[in-house]
Amino acid sequence: MAGTSEKTINVNVKVWRQKNKNEKGGFETHDMKGVSVDMSFLEMFDVLNERLINEGKDPVAFDHDCREGICGMCSMYINGRPHGPKQGVTTCQLHMRSFKDGDTIVVEPWRSAAFPVIKDLAVDRSAFDRVIAAGGFVSVNTGNAKDANNILIPKDDADEAFNAAACIGCGACVAACKNGSAMLFVSAKVSQLALLPQGKVEAQQRVLDMVHHMDMEGFGNCTNTGACEAECPKEISLENIARMNREFLFANANEKK
Amino acid sequence: MSNNAGFLKSSIGKKFIMGVTGLFLITFLIVHCFVNSLIFFNDGGETFNKGAEFMGTNWIIRAMEIVLFAGIILHIVQALVLTLDNRKARPIPYEKFNGAANSSWYSRSMGLLGTLILMFLIIHLKHFWVLSRFTDHIAHNDYEKMPGQETMYHEMLEVFENPLVVLVYVLAMVSLAYHLMHGFQSAFQTLGLNHRKYTPHIKKFGIIFSIVICIIFASMPIAMHFGLVK
Repeated sequence: MAGTSEKTINVNVKVWRQKNKNEKGGFETHDMKGVSVDMSFLEMFDVLNERLINEGKDPVAFDHDCREGICGMCSMYINGRPHGPKQGVTTCQLHMRSFKDGDTIVVEPWRSAAFPVIKDLAVDRSAFDRVIAAGGFVSVNTGNAKDANNILIPKDDADEAFNAAACIGCGACVAACKNGSAMLFVSAKVSQLALLPQGKVEAQQRVLDMVHHMDMEGFGNCTNTGACEAECPKEISLENIARMNREFLFANANEKK
Repeated sequence: MSNNAGFLKSSIGKKFIMGVTGLFLITFLIVHCFVNSLIFFNDGGETFNKGAEFMGTNWIIRAMEIVLFAGIILHIVQALVLTLDNRKARPIPYEKFNGAANSSWYSRSMGLLGTLILMFLIIHLKHFWVLSRFTDHIAHNDYEKMPGQETMYHEMLEVFENPLVVLVYVLAMVSLAYHLMHGFQSAFQTLGLNHRKYTPHIKKFGIIFSIVICIIFASMPIAMHFGLVK
């Protein structure tokens, strides 16, 4: 077959197992023999789960959905890095060819007080949804759809807003940060709207509400190590964090109270 | 309606204080380094003692001394508050953590580096500041020197006779250099001063500044210990 290889490897998968939010978890090691290097990391887990089910055991719970790197559901912390050793990819886009024969691969859930473990590798990321609900939207009155290009937007601004909007909300930034800070996520969501005229109207209140909610959810504080930017599968820039700091500062100064 | 809890209670507000106090402490370092570099005139402390006298008697400098201590304390207290917050944000640590893959070790070790600098600061204050403020041991210059008194310059020569002290000072400057290499550019980012055109220059300047200022500081005890400055 063109484009595929017959190559296989043997790896040890040391995976976190935890029954539910309240119970204490621990590691479990599985030896995976004859894993095709063309498999994605999640497919390797599918094979493992298949085996566990056949053995009458509980399969490993993990988040996944589109498996094409755009939905933000997959979330494994692999060998000390969110989404594994490659840059700019999600776990579903990581392939077994990134590992060597005989490797032990440690797989953990995102570790954050704001992301409690639901089961095994699946964590509850609804804290992100609540941050969005606090202000990550534009209030629009219903009515007819506007014509395209009714509001002219400079190309640079549109591009920058689009780059921020590329955030898929996977939470790798929180997982990578030594402080468990959600600044990259929140700043991307603040920026994608603040950069555009439609979002500018509510920009001040938005940044106040979203930062306040981010703090309430129990995320840590940013120390600008840049780990989030380096690990983000969508390569969201730290410039967004500076923009949010700026917006937050001015919004506080301007607040009419 | 705003549910804003107040700027200084927010995560960004707390970091804002870290950034502002950090930059303020950097300006102090520049002044301190400049005045101390007067020892390199190598004139038996004549020029340096004049500088030290000015710094010790000028009322603006004395007033700024209070602001300086307030700045240091605020920087430390806020760092502790933030660190405790951050610990709470990740109650269960990772089994395997590969920080080197995505960030520099010194950006992740600001607390440790800061603690080392604080320990040095206590030793350093005891060596010189306490002596000049709270005792009569220090004379302004060689001409007004009373029996039993020393000029600040001779006090330095005496302190740096001990090789162990020199070693502690040099190691402290290594810690300071790494602390500043992250802190300098980090402060700009926290204050929202990030720009595609200027940020690369801020980062480069920050690294050069951190290394140069710490080399100048470290060269003082070394030069005095080995008799290059007498």
